[in-house]
Amino acid sequence: MAEPLYFEKSFDVEGGSFQNAGNVSGQIKGILKDLGVSTDIVRRVAIICYESEINIVSYAKRGTITLTVTDEAVKIETKDEGPGIADIELAMKEGYSTASAAVREMGFGAGMGLANMKKYADHLIITSELGVGTYVRMMVMNFQKILHPDLPSITL
Amino acid sequence: MTLKDVKEILEAEVLVGSDQLEKPAKTAFAADLMSDVLAFAKPDSLLLTGLTNPQVVRTADILDITAIIMVRGKKPSEETIKLAEELKIPILSTRYILFETSGRLHARGVTGCIEKVGGET
Amino acid sequence: MQLDELVRKLGLRVCCAEGSLGRDVRGGYVGDLLSDVMANSREGDIWITRQVHQNIVAVASLKDLAGIILIQGSEPTPDTAAKAGAEGIPILVTDLPAFEIVGRIYQLIHS
Repeated sequence: MAEPLYFEKSFDVEGGSFQNAGNVSGQIKGILKDLGVSTDIVRRVAIICYESEINIVSYAKRGTITLTVTDEAVKIETKDEGPGIADIELAMKEGYSTASAAVREMGFGAGMGLANMKKYADHLIITSELGVGTYVRMMVMNFQKILHPDLPSITL
Repeated sequence: MTLKDVKEILEAEVLVGSDQLEKPAKTAFAADLMSDVLAFAKPDSLLLTGLTNPQVVRTADILDITAIIMVRGKKPSEETIKLAEELKIPILSTRYILFETSGRLHARGVTGCIEKVGGET
Repeated sequence: MQLDELVRKLGLRVCCAEGSLGRDVRGGYVGDLLSDVMANSREGDIWITRQVHQNIVAVASLKDLAGIILIQGSEPTPDTAAKAGAEGIPILVTDLPAFEIVGRIYQLIHS
């Protein structure tokens, strides 16, 4: 019987500059591929990480993205030092955005980021404190493994 | 259809990936909002866009896009080109607007990479 | 071609300004960046976009566009619909993504 899978790593994301935005998501995509995670889950996690990274770059001073991979799920936690979200329910609504013109010219800031994260995650929670920052935890479940525990570690 | 055909139909210039012109190109997604692309585009499609910044390349990489078609003759920055070379994502530049680019490819048999929105993830 | 012909042949849903469907469509423009559409669209174009906020009405009105098609089932916000209705700018909705609806419009215009 193979060892159960466990991988965890945190990445720093610098706020304010689009220079390296997407770099962390690219790295995470590579790590998941190397771990043998199925294509569909890799894709969903990569999209979630990328939108998270864009959010940190667009709004916060700095932040971290923590990736945890087990046989059953991939967990993505993001924590930033930013302005915080005044009304989370409103922020989740597609089309609502407080993004700057610079962010919009990049093709983001149309109020779809959080909605996309929610769309691709099986589970998402957000907590936020004004003037302090925002924490988001998202889970992408490997249902195949949960329903069929006898299958090899991660199936394609 | 291959990228080579796309190049001819759009009278496009290949900025990155001239060694990848044999790649098949059957489906496409057209948008300027990268979040829209992230929400709906499927792997192995062409991404047609009016944007030229490095985030377009990042988005294409995240989604396993076949190639980026930049419209309106806009040329990407050196930084965008470098990233695309590094990630091996072809970039073609056409002088047609997004409407004309989409219309020409569609008329030659390229289809949308999703039928319509709703239900799919 | 007139807008109402596009509506009929493509099964578009009319959200507002039904009285202005007699407008002529001379071409098309696809874009989600308002500055781009302001700079490059032409009079009589049908504008295909994913943007739904009320600034789209101002752009369509200033540039004398034939109308706006919202893609992927996007709904105009209530203030967008109200403003478009007041200014007589038709807003039409399709469930198709931009590439697919544009392909069909292109064929109709060029046939």
